[in-house]
Amino acid sequence: MHELSIAMNIIEIAEENARREGASVISEIELEIGALSGVVLEALEFAMESAIKGTMLEKAEVKIDKIPAKAKCIECGKVFNTDDLYTPCPECSNPFSDIIQGKELKVKSLKVE
Amino acid sequence: MCDTCGCGHGDGVTIRKPGEKNNGEHNHEHIHTHSHDHDHKDKTHAHEHTHHHSHTHDHDHSHEHGVYTHTHDNDHHHHHEGHAHDHHHANHNHSHGKEIEVEQDILGKNNLLAERNRGYFEAKNILALNLVSSPGSGKTSLLERTIKDLGKEIKFYVIEGDQQTMNDANRIDKAGAPVVQINTGNGCHLDSDMVNKAVKELEVENNSVLMIENVGNLICPSLFDLGEAARVVIMSVTEGDDKPIKYPTMFQSSDICIINKTDLLPYVDFDMEKAKQYAMQVNHHLQFFELSIKTGEGMETWYEWLKEKIKEK
Repeated sequence: MHELSIAMNIIEIAEENARREGASVISEIELEIGALSGVVLEALEFAMESAIKGTMLEKAEVKIDKIPAKAKCIECGKVFNTDDLYTPCPECSNPFSDIIQGKELKVKSLKVE
Repeated sequence: MCDTCGCGHGDGVTIRKPGEKNNGEHNHEHIHTHSHDHDHKDKTHAHEHTHHHSHTHDHDHSHEHGVYTHTHDNDHHHHHEGHAHDHHHANHNHSHGKEIEVEQDILGKNNLLAERNRGYFEAKNILALNLVSSPGSGKTSLLERTIKDLGKEIKFYVIEGDQQTMNDANRIDKAGAPVVQINTGNGCHLDSDMVNKAVKELEVENNSVLMIENVGNLICPSLFDLGEAARVVIMSVTEGDDKPIKYPTMFQSSDICIINKTDLLPYVDFDMEKAKQYAMQVNHHLQFFELSIKTGEGMETWYEWLKEKIKEK
């Protein structure tokens, strides 16, 4: 259930940025969440729903861009798409790779009024 | 606050040393006992006095909050309702709002404070380790044994993280190391802010080792950097050899993997090589230690690593 604390962080970042622009209502928020970020999207959506009550984001549309994960084989250097942290290289079958994309957890943009 | 999850209000977090009372409510308790004492001494006078005292206190606090905000709220409500409607309509009709590029890391605040912790540890030559595992893998036992075996040559400090109870802090206290217990209430992990506060309570000396035992949970703590020099994930042979791919994020974010309870290997279906292979697939940088805290088998290599790591600093 760390998704609730992730949601609280999102709200804090959004409200800080909105306030700096003199806005009081946020109508849209766009997030970037990597497929291997360690956040369960359904849980985050659920947490956001309850956490935004009484905040500037109460009426906001929450857009989540899911960033697909990419790994790079440490043996042959092949970059490949993956849905997990342990898929072997499709080129040379080497089981060891580094994740190069898909760990993102970011507030990308806001629309404010 | 935000980094406590499940509960929604961070007031649930307490930081205490063994033998200490819950810190948050000290003041209130004191005020209460005082007025009670007065009451009993002299009926008429005391009554007035206590009333005076508690009245001023209570009124100061609750009235300011209660009455002031209430009237404000009411006033505002009436005004606002009229205004707000107009404004809203105007906004919707005439402008489309403004877009702000934020591009901010959601965990940025935790990471920033973690880096501050890290800088503090480095400056004081403190080796900070973050111990993570499921409940019951042997985090506290590892600390107890390590403190008992190396306590004479290395100065250890411990931060204990649990949802409830002082049990682990009391165990460490008995083992002979200064310790503070963080109770996260409903929270499922420690964050860098809690560690920052706990370190201040502990008054950690230079050239020491700070062991941070995270909440027993193989999922949530993986996302929260505390400022540690290395993250140590502990699993035990009773848990199944596929744990690293069942909970990959934790193994991916760790530097050291301790596989505990090796004395039980003859009695369980645990394939050591398979477990290590799975863990390596998730994170090929992991360094392994196979040991039994109970029998002491394999502890020596862990101690050697610790001593090397201290020298490195």
